[in-house]
Amino acid sequence: MKRTFVILASNPMSLFGLILVGVVVFSAVFADFIAPFPEHRGAVVDFTNFNQPPHWPNIFGTDLVGRDLFSRILYAYRISLMLGVVVLAIAVPIGVTVGLAAGYLGGWVDFILMRLTDVFLSIPPLVLAMAIMGLLEPTLTNGMLAVTAMWWPWYARLVYNVTRSEAQEGYVLAAQIIGASRLHIMFMEILPNCVPSIVTKMTLDLGFVILIASSLSFLGLGVQAPTPDLGSMVAEGGNYLPDSWWLTVFPSLAILIAVFGFNLVGDALRQVLGSDQ
Amino acid sequence: MSPVVRLLAKRLSISVIVLIGVSMLIFTIARVIPGDPARIALGPNATAEQVEQLRQRLHLEDPIWVQYGYFVRNLAHGDLGVSLYTNRPVLTDIAQFLPATLELVIVAGIFMVCLGMPLGILSARYRGRMADNLIRVVSLLGVSAPSFVWAVILMLLFAFFLPLFPIAGQISDTIPPPHRVTGFLLVDSLIDGNFKAFFSALHHIILPAFALALSGIGQAARLTRANMVETYDKPYIEMAESYGFAPRRIANKFAFRPSLIPSLTIIGLDFAAMLGNAFLVEAVFAWPGLSRYGVQVILRKDLNAIVGTVLVISAMFLIVNIIVDLLIAYINPRIRLANGGRT
Repeated sequence: MKRTFVILASNPMSLFGLILVGVVVFSAVFADFIAPFPEHRGAVVDFTNFNQPPHWPNIFGTDLVGRDLFSRILYAYRISLMLGVVVLAIAVPIGVTVGLAAGYLGGWVDFILMRLTDVFLSIPPLVLAMAIMGLLEPTLTNGMLAVTAMWWPWYARLVYNVTRSEAQEGYVLAAQIIGASRLHIMFMEILPNCVPSIVTKMTLDLGFVILIASSLSFLGLGVQAPTPDLGSMVAEGGNYLPDSWWLTVFPSLAILIAVFGFNLVGDALRQVLGSDQ
Repeated sequence: MSPVVRLLAKRLSISVIVLIGVSMLIFTIARVIPGDPARIALGPNATAEQVEQLRQRLHLEDPIWVQYGYFVRNLAHGDLGVSLYTNRPVLTDIAQFLPATLELVIVAGIFMVCLGMPLGILSARYRGRMADNLIRVVSLLGVSAPSFVWAVILMLLFAFFLPLFPIAGQISDTIPPPHRVTGFLLVDSLIDGNFKAFFSALHHIILPAFALALSGIGQAARLTRANMVETYDKPYIEMAESYGFAPRRIANKFAFRPSLIPSLTIIGLDFAAMLGNAFLVEAVFAWPGLSRYGVQVILRKDLNAIVGTVLVISAMFLIVNIIVDLLIAYINPRIRLANGGRT
């Protein structure tokens, strides 16, 4: 763990990624202290100072009802990250269990679980999340639900492939011979060997969950106003291009920076942990 | 039966099973949601009688498997039901909007393959050097933003700041569109021999298609590079080098071809994912595709239209994957010439 971190920090690209991720996480956690106008996260209106280009103290400008864009972006980071963590916390255990069961038990368990996975994987991810989101009420909880529904199959597929090859290894056979239970073999013997691939994918996915969640809200199917959200900020500002460019450019860059950071770190992790697929 | 035909038959039958699964899944999701779709469709001013009538017509009183039975029976007749939003058959609606979306996705796919793969080849050939690092950073940037962010940035740069491309739409308002034959504007204008319309349509499609393709270009470049770097370690490359083949020839002929196969699978998946991402780009560029329709029917909980749209898009997705599998079978002599025809 420590060694991995040292390797990451010694490569300029992954160091840059770590810094980006650090900045994003820091600003999300301490938004209350960094944001110059913390009250602007909610439904605040200030028509004396609306739609203004960047100036002091609104360094990213103000939105159409006079709220500080910089403060709102910080709070949007908080919500995006929270959503990412919750989605992965639900999707990963589901996907891992499905993948382990299908890969190790084989037979009809394999057939049913993997065909189910195929069904989820053959609807374009965004379209599935859109459909679920649209059918439910657009709230933060349902957003998490919709993204989770499209996310677990990727882990099922990943763990399934690793399990299939691990199940042939000597240590699994040894465990079988001494009479270990199937559950023990799946979760105590095979799972630890899937961890590097899972961790790498999770790092990359934290960025992608942010990306997908912002796409949903960009289409008006995500977090609803007045909750700050990067996707809906871009959608709203898009109508005022090119004059009010700051409305779209800063939230867009905010998405890019966060996802780029997680990708740089995930990419480097993939090389260090040697779980290149 | 040739191996390729057998492969095709196998993939087709699996796809049909998966498509049935997709229809069951989306149908179940659409019916178990809280709220009365009939009431939502008719609005708050409709009388209880009208709502009751619509519920009857949609078979909403029946158990869900009976409803699914009706759905399958109609589907067998090529009928996906009537949209409660446009009041037209869902299939007619989709047939109207789908070609524009497909056109965008296909052009983006061409960008993805024609730009992404060569960038990956260059990157692998000059691995570890400046060009490689530059391409790797750019391609990672490409996958690091949703298509709508690229759409907004490209629009700002190349339509507003440098007015090289039109801001929105599929063709100039001043040019009469060609007769609708296939629904693909680029194809229809060529059939009409209307080159003015063709070039206008081409001019309009470049920016949105590029925005849609950017993450795919990045992905294709990264994959091609990763697979080629692996191939570069093989002994036959060393042999080719010791024979004195030009580095360019080694890259294009010996290192690229074996790495094409694993790359193609993922590129196929990416291409299919663009069907979903097209929604985002269409929204930015006011592209008259499936996006606005899809978002509208979703917001209005238009059951038939939602199920129909998801089903058609999933079918497209599966077709793309089958085409990719066939391409791989064609490229890979081990499949093309083998008796088993297994991948």
